[in-house]
Amino acid sequence: MAGGRGTPLVEMKDISISFGGIKAVDHVSVDLYPGEVVGLLGHNGAGKSTLIKCLSGAYQRDAGEILIDGRPAAISNPRDARRYNIETIYQTLALADNLDAASNLFLGRELTTPLGLMDEAAMEAETRRIMARLNPNFRKFAAPVSALSGGQRQSVAIARAVYFNARILIMDEPTAALGPQETQMVAELIGELKRQGLGIFLIDHDVHQVKALCDRAAVMKNGRLVGIVRVEEVTTDDILAMIIAGKKPAHLAA
Amino acid sequence: MQHARTRSDAPARKSIFDSLELDTRLLGMIGAFVVLCLVFNLVTDGRFLTPRNIFNLTIQTVSVAIMATGMVFVIVTRNIDLSVGALLATCSAVMAMVQTVVLPGWLGLGLGHWAIAPLAIAAGLATGAVIGGFQGWLVGFLGIPAFIVTLGGLLVWRNVAWYLTNGQTIGPLDPTYQLLGGINGTLGESLSWGFGLAATVFALVYMATSRRNRRAHDFPVKPRWAEAVLGLVVAGAILGFVAVLNAYEVPARKLARIFEARGAVLPEGFTAGYGLPFSVILLILIAAGMTVIARRTRFGRYVFATGGNPDAAALSGINTRWLTVKVFALMGVLCALSAVVASARLTFHSNDIGTLDELRVIAAAVIGGTALAGGSGTIYGAILGALIMQSLQSGMAMVGVDAPFQNIVVGAVLVLAVLVDILYRKRTGER
Repeated sequence: MAGGRGTPLVEMKDISISFGGIKAVDHVSVDLYPGEVVGLLGHNGAGKSTLIKCLSGAYQRDAGEILIDGRPAAISNPRDARRYNIETIYQTLALADNLDAASNLFLGRELTTPLGLMDEAAMEAETRRIMARLNPNFRKFAAPVSALSGGQRQSVAIARAVYFNARILIMDEPTAALGPQETQMVAELIGELKRQGLGIFLIDHDVHQVKALCDRAAVMKNGRLVGIVRVEEVTTDDILAMIIAGKKPAHLAA
Repeated sequence: MQHARTRSDAPARKSIFDSLELDTRLLGMIGAFVVLCLVFNLVTDGRFLTPRNIFNLTIQTVSVAIMATGMVFVIVTRNIDLSVGALLATCSAVMAMVQTVVLPGWLGLGLGHWAIAPLAIAAGLATGAVIGGFQGWLVGFLGIPAFIVTLGGLLVWRNVAWYLTNGQTIGPLDPTYQLLGGINGTLGESLSWGFGLAATVFALVYMATSRRNRRAHDFPVKPRWAEAVLGLVVAGAILGFVAVLNAYEVPARKLARIFEARGAVLPEGFTAGYGLPFSVILLILIAAGMTVIARRTRFGRYVFATGGNPDAAALSGINTRWLTVKVFALMGVLCALSAVVASARLTFHSNDIGTLDELRVIAAAVIGGTALAGGSGTIYGAILGALIMQSLQSGMAMVGVDAPFQNIVVGAVLVLAVLVDILYRKRTGER
């Protein structure tokens, strides 16, 4: 069902950003439709994370345009991105290690009582509710997240992104630190969110996983976009060739 | 299945300490404090733990303790403030000049006018907020390390205070203002009991409501007996403290003077206890307020989140630069409040007021368990840290330890306290 029809959820047009004279992202355009997963691939330093940080508000683009639902979107900081229902799961997870799961889940968007104080009980209750769905084995609600395992930390980060009705989800290597079972859990979650109509940008190094989870794959090299391909039209070798050689496969190049 | 769920939800309680869910670090500090007091009491033949000495110890601790609560936030956000002693001096100088020169001289308010103290204090608080906020802006928005900004501030504000007063001692200060100094303003016996009872009721009601809140959401709660024991301990501590301060009696000669001033005669056998000093009530209110800020407000949550992971805080949409300004401005306001207490206690502003306080304040926060790496610290810990430092200092003075040895011991204790804290964190697996 994904792709090609209607207005894209996100269009990033001609995005450029440079740091100290080095073009980290050089005139890259990608789009994303509702219910679609677009994989972003490339070597370390190819510009994937930088591109996506322009969308999540962590970086400010130098040039280019971002359209959400076909309308230009002003995103200059992470708060703006959240207003557009863009949620990000960072590679580093971006968790405050000294705080517990509920505090991290609601960080920056705390529930408050009518007096303006934080409603801890309500936040913990909501956290228990969503964790029961995402990771039923999760029990450490009172412990700081530094005391959690990699998978548990990951589920806190995912819960934070999913809880606030995200429409656009950015996942930066969500399975890098996970075991096989937890990776499977993330894969199932991506499938479920996709069915709910979210658009997902998935940054990943694992070509097989991209082929399994994504509808399209955008490959970057040295800050430039090599090409965007539908995963069913290419082999994993084709994608690898794009990543390494920076060339579109011959049968699609025309 | 049901059985398994309950078991993992509420793991089998291991010991009394687990049931009470007490902060072991707090227990350790209280233990160290109690041992310290008992040892001094033994060595001084019971002179250390008299109502009079406890009263003095309390009012001597207030000024540093007030600033230490703010230093917790500063250190939690991975900054430091070396200028608090100098900022205290500037605030004190401003307040002294406002009440002795500006208001009576330029605005013509008569000496002893009721508005002098509030206006002077307001001027001091504004000074503290503006200077603190300015230093916070230098740190947060211009990216100058807090160490440098406040090291410069230490020199600048110490000498601004000097300049404002021409280096003179300014006094005597307004009589109403002096009420905040400690022994010059106390609540008296019956009002102290009233305050103690109100505080006890408040604490118990608070414990009961939070328990009910947790039950309403089906969260695990402590066993009933554990809550009861904690409640008793809290009530005993509050009322015991009031009883001790009430037991410190106003000397008969002073009472006689007070009655004389009213045109009355001191009745035979009349005695009166001092009760809670206003400065201590101020500290209690600040401690309660700062604890609420730290635990229950978004600002406090952002302070701890920023200290734990500045990048994560920024990515969560927290304006960490503006947060830095607010934290330093709050520190400035607390310096001004400390300045009120410190100068009111002396009854004058002196040029060296608050000298070396920055080190006492930082030491109090650190002894109280605030980690210099950021992200963790408690208000009550910092106050307890200030109390431990002050007890150590005045206990040694009472025993007759030579002045150089006093400072050698205090310095060694600071380093030792941090070592113990590091070992504690290693054992409990905290960062």
